[in-house]
Amino acid sequence: MSNDLSPQNNKIVVRKLLLAVVGMFAFGFALVPLYDVICDLTGLNGKTGGRVSEAEAGILVDEQRVVTVQFMAHHNAEMGWNFEPSIAQLSVRPGEVNIVSYRVTNPGTDVMVGQAIPSVAPNAAAAHLNKIECFCFEEQLLQPGESADMPIRFFIDPELPASITKLTLSYTLYDITEKSDNVQAIAVR
Amino acid sequence: MSATHTISDAHDHHHGPAKGLTRWLYTTNHKDIGSLYLWFSFTMFLLGGAFALVIRAELFQPGLQFIEPAFFNQMTTMHGLIMVFGAVMPAFVGLANWLIPLMIGAPDMALPRMNNWSFWLLPFAFTIMVSTMFMEGGGPNFGWTFYAPLSTTYAPPSTTFFIFAVHVMGASSIMGSINVIATILNMRAPGMTFMKMPLFVWTWLITAYLLIAVMPVLAGVVTMMLFDIHFGTSFFNAAGGGDPVLFQHLFWFFGHPEVYIMILPAFGIVSAIIPTFARKRLFGYDSMVYATASIAFLSFIVWAHHMFTVGMPLAGQLFFMYATMLIAVPTGVKVFNWVATMFRGAMTFETPMLFAIAFVVLFTMGGFTGVMLAITPADFQYHDTYFVVAHFHYVLVPGAVFSIMAAAYYWLPKWTGYMYDETLGKLHFWLSFIGVNLLFFPQHFLGLAGMPRRIPDYALQFANFNWISSVGGFLFGFSQLILLFVVIKCIRGGKKATDQVWEGAQGLEWTVPSPAPYHTFETPPDPKLIHAQ
Repeated sequence: MSNDLSPQNNKIVVRKLLLAVVGMFAFGFALVPLYDVICDLTGLNGKTGGRVSEAEAGILVDEQRVVTVQFMAHHNAEMGWNFEPSIAQLSVRPGEVNIVSYRVTNPGTDVMVGQAIPSVAPNAAAAHLNKIECFCFEEQLLQPGESADMPIRFFIDPELPASITKLTLSYTLYDITEKSDNVQAIAVR
Repeated sequence: MSATHTISDAHDHHHGPAKGLTRWLYTTNHKDIGSLYLWFSFTMFLLGGAFALVIRAELFQPGLQFIEPAFFNQMTTMHGLIMVFGAVMPAFVGLANWLIPLMIGAPDMALPRMNNWSFWLLPFAFTIMVSTMFMEGGGPNFGWTFYAPLSTTYAPPSTTFFIFAVHVMGASSIMGSINVIATILNMRAPGMTFMKMPLFVWTWLITAYLLIAVMPVLAGVVTMMLFDIHFGTSFFNAAGGGDPVLFQHLFWFFGHPEVYIMILPAFGIVSAIIPTFARKRLFGYDSMVYATASIAFLSFIVWAHHMFTVGMPLAGQLFFMYATMLIAVPTGVKVFNWVATMFRGAMTFETPMLFAIAFVVLFTMGGFTGVMLAITPADFQYHDTYFVVAHFHYVLVPGAVFSIMAAAYYWLPKWTGYMYDETLGKLHFWLSFIGVNLLFFPQHFLGLAGMPRRIPDYALQFANFNWISSVGGFLFGFSQLILLFVVIKCIRGGKKATDQVWEGAQGLEWTVPSPAPYHTFETPPDPKLIHAQ
C-alpha cells in the first residue's frame, strides 16, 4: 500500500534480509552436527557408536536367539595394505561378548598410518552393535613389511529388532598418513 | 532502445540515458539493467546450448566419435551449470527488473546501485567458470550437482575457481532477490494492495524469499568443499569422520527449492499471458497465490527424493514420497486455473500465447513424470537413467525456457516500441516445439530401457532413439537463432506498437507509452487504473 520512498524503509528491509542470509549460511553449517546427531540416534548412515563399557554386556544373554554377523574388509583406492578379517562370519547370541580380529599388513616401503571406518548393514542394526574395544577407535601405524592382528570386542544388543537375523559389519581402511598427528608419521613427512 | 521518448511528463525531461559504453557500465536504471540481464542470459543460453549440441553430436551414434569421455563429462557439467545459473535464473531476474516496477507503478527498483552491482558480478563469475575449461586438468567434470567426493578428493585442480564462481553468482542472486523484495514491499503505488498485484509480481516475491533461504546454504556447501580440498577438514570425507551422503543432503536442501526458483516466475508469466489472449480474467487468482506459496513451502521438505537410493529407513522413504506427491496438488490447481481461464474465452494464437499453451501442456507432462519418479520403488528403477533427464528437461525447457520466450514475445513491443515479426515468431515457435519434443520425448523410452545418464557411449539397442533425439536437439538449437533475429529486427523497427499492444492486455505496464520511456511512474499512477486481477 505504501509508496513511502524514504530510504529508511528500504534500510529496514535490507537489514532484515541480510540477517536472514547470514542466518541461513550459519544454518547450513549447523546442519553438519545436526546430521551427525540424527545419524547417531537412528544409525541412519550405518555408523556404529563409540566405546561401550563391558559392564553393559552379558547381563541379559538371550539364549534363545542366534544372530549371524558377517565381517568384511575394504580398502580405498590409495590404500595399499592387505586387510582381512580372521573369520568370514560368526553366529552369536545377543548380549554375549565376542572377539574377532582383522589382520593387516603393510607391504609397502613407507611408514603409513591407516584409519578404519565401520559401517553396518542393515542400517537399523547399527545402533545395536556395541563395541567394547575396536581398532577403529585408534589410528594404525605400520612399519614397512609389518603385520598386526587388530581385535574387536563387541556384543549385540538384545533389543536388536526381531526381524534382523543377519547383519554385516564392514570396515573401510583409509590412508591418513598425511593428516595424522602420530609422532612417527610426522617424522616420515 | 528507449532513448528518445522522454517527452510527455513534465517531470522527467531532465535526462535520458548516457551515451556509449558507460551507459551500460554505470546504469542504475531498471530497464537498462533488465536488458543487460536478458542479453547476458541469451548469450549463456547459446553457450550452454552449444555444449548440449556437443553432447548430442557424441550421442548421435554408439561408440566414441568426436570427444574423449573426460571432455564429455566437462560438457554435461558445464551445460547444466550454465543453463541453470547463467541462462534461466538471470533471464527471470532480467524480466523482474524490467517488469516489476512497471507492474506495481514504481519509478525504479528500490536499490538501484546494488542492482547494477548484482548484474555486473555475473559476467565475471561466468568468465571464471568457463575459463576453468582451459586450465590444466580441465574444468568441472563432476556433474552440475557436484557430489563429493567427485568434487573434492577426485576433482580437477580448477575446482577452486569453480567454487569461487559459485560464491560470486550466489552473491549476485542474493542481492537481486533483496532488491526484488524491497521493491515489492516498499514501492507499490497507492492502491496496489498485495491481492491486486499481478501474479508475476507475486511469484517473484515468493521466489526471492526462496533464494534468500537457500543460496546461503549453497554458499555454505561450496565453502565446506573448499575447506575439505585445501584446509584438511573432513566434512564429506569418511576417513576423517565425515560423510559423503551429508553432501547430498546439504546440496538438495538447496537444490530442490532451486528447481522451484526456476519455475515459479514462469507460472507468473503464463498467468499474465493466457488471460490476455483468452480475453478473460484469470480464473482463481487467490488460489493461484496460495498454490504458489504452498509449492514454496513444500519445496523445503522433499529434498531427499533426489537420493532415495543412498539408503534410508522406510519411514523416511514414505515421508519424502508422500510429501513429494503432495506438490502435485497445488500444481494441479494452477494447471486447472489456466485451462479454466481459456475455457470459453475468445482465444487468438499469437506467438506468446502459443508458447504459453505449449508451456501448460508440456510442463504438465514433465510434472507427471515427476510424480512417477516420486514413487520410491519406481525411482530405484529410474534413478540416474535418461528418464530423469527427460523429466527435468521437460519441466525446464518447454517449461521455464518456453515461458521466458513467451515473455520475450509478449513484452517485446513494450520494450522496443515495435511489433515483432509474427510470421517469424510462429516459425520459431513451431520449430522449437517440434524440436524439443523430438529431442526429449524419446529419452523417456531410453531411460525406461535402462540407458544411464552422463555416459558418452551406449549399448546398440539405444541407437535409434538416440539419433532421433540428436536430430531434435540440433533442430531446437538452431531454431533459437530465429529468436535472435526476430529480437534484433524488432529493435531496429517494424510496425509501431500501441500503448496497450494486445487487445486483452491488463495491467499498469500497458498504460505507459510504447516503448516504455526511460523513466516511468515518477509520479504514482492514478489508483483508478489499478484493478483486481
